Amino acid sequence: MQKYSIFNLIKNAFSGHQNWDLAWKDATPKKEYDVIIIGGGGHGLATAYYLAKEHNITNVAIIEKGWLGGGNMGRNTTIIRSNYMHDDNALFSEFGMDLWRKMSQDLNYNVMFSPRGIINLAHSDAQMNVFARRGNSMRLNDIDAVLLNREEVKEIIPMADFSENVRFPIFGGLMQPSAGTARHDAVAWGYARQADSMGVDIIQNCEVTGFDVSGGKINGVRTSRGDIKVKKIGLCVAGSTNILAEKLNMTIPVETHLLQACVTEPVKPVLDKVVTFGAGHFYISQSDKGEMVMGGDLDGYNSYAQRGNLPTLQHVLTEGIAMMPFLSKLKMLRTWGGIMDMSMDGSPIIDKTHIEGLYLNCGWCYGGFKATPASGWTFAHTIAQDRVHKLNEGYSLSRFNTGHLLDEKGLGTKTWIS
Amino acid sequence: MLHIKCPHCGMRSQNEFSYGGDATIKRPELNKEISDQDWNNFVYNRKSLRGKHLELWQHLSGCRQWIKVERDTATHEIFKTLKANQDI
Ligand SMILES: Cc1cc2nc3c(=O)[nH]c(=O)nc-3n(C[C@H](O)[C@H](O)[C@H](O)COP(=O)(O)OP(=O)(O)OC[C@H]3O[C@@H](n4cnc5c(N)ncnc54)[C@H](O)[C@@H]3O)c2cc1C
Ligand SMILES: [Zn+2]
Repeated sequence: MQKYSIFNLIKNAFSGHQNWDLAWKDATPKKEYDVIIIGGGGHGLATAYYLAKEHNITNVAIIEKGWLGGGNMGRNTTIIRSNYMHDDNALFSEFGMDLWRKMSQDLNYNVMFSPRGIINLAHSDAQMNVFARRGNSMRLNDIDAVLLNREEVKEIIPMADFSENVRFPIFGGLMQPSAGTARHDAVAWGYARQADSMGVDIIQNCEVTGFDVSGGKINGVRTSRGDIKVKKIGLCVAGSTNILAEKLNMTIPVETHLLQACVTEPVKPVLDKVVTFGAGHFYISQSDKGEMVMGGDLDGYNSYAQRGNLPTLQHVLTEGIAMMPFLSKLKMLRTWGGIMDMSMDGSPIIDKTHIEGLYLNCGWCYGGFKATPASGWTFAHTIAQDRVHKLNEGYSLSRFNTGHLLDEKGLGTKTWIS
Repeated sequence: MLHIKCPHCGMRSQNEFSYGGDATIKRPELNKEISDQDWNNFVYNRKSLRGKHLELWQHLSGCRQWIKVERDTATHEIFKTLKANQDI
């Protein structure tokens, strides 16, 4: 593989950048693999990469029905954080933060990781108390957390509404300084390029349509480009998990819902933090191109349409304008939607299943982008060793049966109500 | 914007309703021996079909009745609405 470096950049400039190697090959399916990863989103690509890198398993194919990174990986708002209270979530995410910090070097690909910090705003004394508790829990797990009062928040984000008589006054906020954003496409491409260089086949435009299961064991998959034999399958299809689960005669604690996001026209640098509104569901950051990137609630009903409706967008942006009134002057540039695998307690599932050789990775809800490296790393371990790692022990499928839920937000079984 | 025809009030906009999820899920019968798996299926496990989906909505800012809606989860087309005690 050709290394990306300043020297190669200069060298290739002489030939007008016409002679760069392809970042990855367009593979055609072989008859048989050791492991097949279904879904060429962030989690599938990262899983294949760590299978090859950490476990020396390279006879691997990633099967993607569309194009690589065209699902939620290419639609998210790129927030990366580990501001969780429960140990299982906190330790898993913080392990991920470490991988994020090293990712550009590790992948030899600039993923533009930008640890600019996230502030969750509080709008009442009660909310300040809750944030203090969360911040303390984070610090007990060695995660950075700073509780800010109103004046301190004003210092950092003066463009927020600090006037008197607002409906939701800003009392303060909880900041995780090491949180931030990254370029989602680059993460997908970086993992794909490295996985490919270690021998992984990346097969696009190939839909998995069924499974060959007999005697409780995986024997192969059926795809739109023919049958393929395989002993181990990692299911990484995010918002399509319910569809493939049905083909395996499984019903899972996940519902598929629609989440929208949008960006404004680009403006000069105004906001250098990720900020979330505490009296509803709205968050904002500014992209490197200057667009204000915004999102919030689900549309609220089961959906596989990758496009949303106006009422939710209007509701979410009303919150945004309440928080930062200057937004009302900007023009909307684009809106889009993705289909979300909403688990019943708001936490993901990375586990084995009752079918031998079938491994499940789903339930990412609003926050699966930040989990990309940690999810790939632990899922690769689970597949290679046929047992879960300590880091994803809490993300078991059986927790719904045994009552060991990871209900971080206290939303119970209807995480889509929020 | 979805337009939902409340069987009690007529055609109204989505803003007046709140969503209640899969309408085919049945609560296990009272006073019967029920396995953990049955409870699990009732409380947590969902098919979340792509295509025709029978679901509950509440006409919250209207008559406040729960209703059933048959809707396509891929196109959002609504085929039919029913009173909560009616079967499709
Ligand atoms: C609007 C929006 C904003 C978000 N914001 C954030 C955020 O700020 N921070 C954060 O951490 N997370 C965020 N998320 C969530 C995050 O994007 C997802 O949780 C994460 O991308 C899911 O993992 P993935 O990348 O592997 O999924 P995907 O990229 O969706 O990958 C799944 C892939 O499987 C493929 N597939 C499906 N069915 C089949 C089949 N039968 N055969 C073959 N392939 C198949 C799909 O085509 C798809 O490419 C957001 C999501 C959305 C929609
Ligand atoms: Zn009504």
